[in-house]
Amino acid sequence: MNNILPEKLLEMFASLSRIRRVQLKIEELYHLDEMKTPVHLCLGQEAVSVGVCAHLKKEDHIFSNHRSHGHYLAKGGDLKALIAELHCKETGCSKGRGGSMHLIDTSVGHLGSSSIVGGGISHAVGAALGSRMLKKQGISVTFFGDAASEQGVFFESMSLAKLKNLPVIFICENNYYSVFSHISARQPNYDISMRAKAFDIPAQRVDGMSLLEVYEKAREAIDHARAGNGPYLLDCYVQRWRGHAGAGDPLKEQYRHPDDLDESKIRDPLKDFVSYLKNHNIADDDSLCEINKRIDREIEEAFDFARKSPLPDVKDLEKYLFS
Amino acid sequence: MPWTKLQVERQEPAFDEAEGKDVRKLSFGDALREALDQALERDPCVYAMGQGVDDPTGMFGSTLNLHKKYGSERVFDTPLSEEATIGMAIGSAMVGMRPVSIHNRPDFLLMAMDQIVNHASKWSYMFAGQVPIPLVIRACVGRGWGSAAQHSQALQGLFFHVPGLKIVMPSTAYDAKGLLIASIADNNPVLFFEQRWLYKHTGYVPEHVYSVPLGEAVVKRKGKDVTILGVSHMMIESLRAADELKKKGISCEVIDPRTLKPFDEKTLLKSVKKTGRLVVADLAWKTGGFSAEVLALVAEKGLMYLKNPPVRVAFPDIPTPASYVLEDAYYPGIKDIVKAVKKVMKK
Repeated sequence: MNNILPEKLLEMFASLSRIRRVQLKIEELYHLDEMKTPVHLCLGQEAVSVGVCAHLKKEDHIFSNHRSHGHYLAKGGDLKALIAELHCKETGCSKGRGGSMHLIDTSVGHLGSSSIVGGGISHAVGAALGSRMLKKQGISVTFFGDAASEQGVFFESMSLAKLKNLPVIFICENNYYSVFSHISARQPNYDISMRAKAFDIPAQRVDGMSLLEVYEKAREAIDHARAGNGPYLLDCYVQRWRGHAGAGDPLKEQYRHPDDLDESKIRDPLKDFVSYLKNHNIADDDSLCEINKRIDREIEEAFDFARKSPLPDVKDLEKYLFS
Repeated sequence: MPWTKLQVERQEPAFDEAEGKDVRKLSFGDALREALDQALERDPCVYAMGQGVDDPTGMFGSTLNLHKKYGSERVFDTPLSEEATIGMAIGSAMVGMRPVSIHNRPDFLLMAMDQIVNHASKWSYMFAGQVPIPLVIRACVGRGWGSAAQHSQALQGLFFHVPGLKIVMPSTAYDAKGLLIASIADNNPVLFFEQRWLYKHTGYVPEHVYSVPLGEAVVKRKGKDVTILGVSHMMIESLRAADELKKKGISCEVIDPRTLKPFDEKTLLKSVKKTGRLVVADLAWKTGGFSAEVLALVAEKGLMYLKNPPVRVAFPDIPTPASYVLEDAYYPGIKDIVKAVKKVMKK
């Protein structure tokens, strides 16, 4: 914890705060129906994206899922292109062809997110294999949720990654819910790290609500892979603050486990990290406020850009089917 | 699988497209191997993977010993995890590799439908062409010796429906090599389906690297009375049927589509305009597949040319049985194509 440079800590604060503020702004404006695409906000889960991506370079590839915004932004994905994509504009990262669930930014190693649960896990294995064959250094990181760990392809992919000793980091954002379904209805035990250990893949359970813990554990995992020692899995406990999709969580009393309705148990990775920064004299309210102001301007510009951008030309309906 | 080799040796007559000609000949199986060999040699981004590609049988000879030449990094065995291995191929294509994912039978591809249909076919479109997926999936349609329902399927009809996939089915050794080279060079997902009984057929196969363009049919035999569109092994059966019909004074024009999707409409419609009669001999169940699409196309664009309704020859809509008497009843062949032609010739 103590050997992280202040610049790095502030960088992570900015990344975390940015994701938070972008998600809140999307939630605030969603009812205007200008973003006509299903959004799956990562409020509460942001620390995992930030803590993991803090160790990644442009040449490393990430593979994301439907709850995509945090991964995209933490890896350095363009904010304007994200907001434009949510507005289904031609200037969106996927030119309006993908929507919120299919984000991409190849300039930062994000090769496309899949909305089929578990769909991107095997892609990460392939990108690592391809990179090795091309004699490139990059590692692969795949972000997925607890429900994805129920898919057969998750086990197949871990086995393949281990068999071929590939630098693949499996990051499970375990928020205990799959839409409305609690993990107890879906899995006989909740220790997802054990499933990796079945393939002799080192794995750890991580408190995904603590940015610093994610950062430390991700460092171990990523160093392990970069050293040529193969795959690693992090089973990160997180809290999904909202419902599965859209704004708010209007049905929460009807599906959440009683413990999860206890407001006092809700944790905030951003608030906790801010406390840490202040307690260790890395930053004060003023400096953090400055960063937040900059972020808010950036967000305003992004929404402005999106609103002013053109929609795709319908004449181009069939474009891009084949490359 | 050794039992199908036995059946092929016994039941399928020899076929040499360049019979009597003094040209360089290869078998269909060896032509596939040469295509892959040359693709691996020319482009370091090409690699091949699949269950048993490096085993002593080398996928019916089509990958034999290529692992010895190119190493196990570029030609390698895979576990029985079709979804993850095809997903892995897709991921490797995303970063610039050109994978050839080889499967013993199309039946096994069903384990990877999610990666093929939900991912490979859509990746170019969903991301506006930013990440092409130059993936080739090869599989061999089985037949005979009691292979039965789960080892005999010709499933191109399922994939045919999905936008974003190309489907290639060569019938001759020349096309096997040329189309495989072209498929590997294509920047999109291509499903390359062969048929087991074609493997021993021979024909002219130039030694140099050449490609046969996707989306181009070829008129294998010129004729004036009826057009027979024959797919894969049924194209060979169509040629044999045409020989028999010639003796009866019926002149058949036999067309090999070579690529099912994109389909060369122009060549077919030109022929139908000339002959006015169409028989489609498909290597698949009758309902809801390629032959149905051909008839729909002709109804839309060539109805005025037809003297009689078109006739289809295809597998009956049932799973393939094991018992050899049922197999014989199941599989259409020369006599069914002859019968179909006679039906479409009726005044």
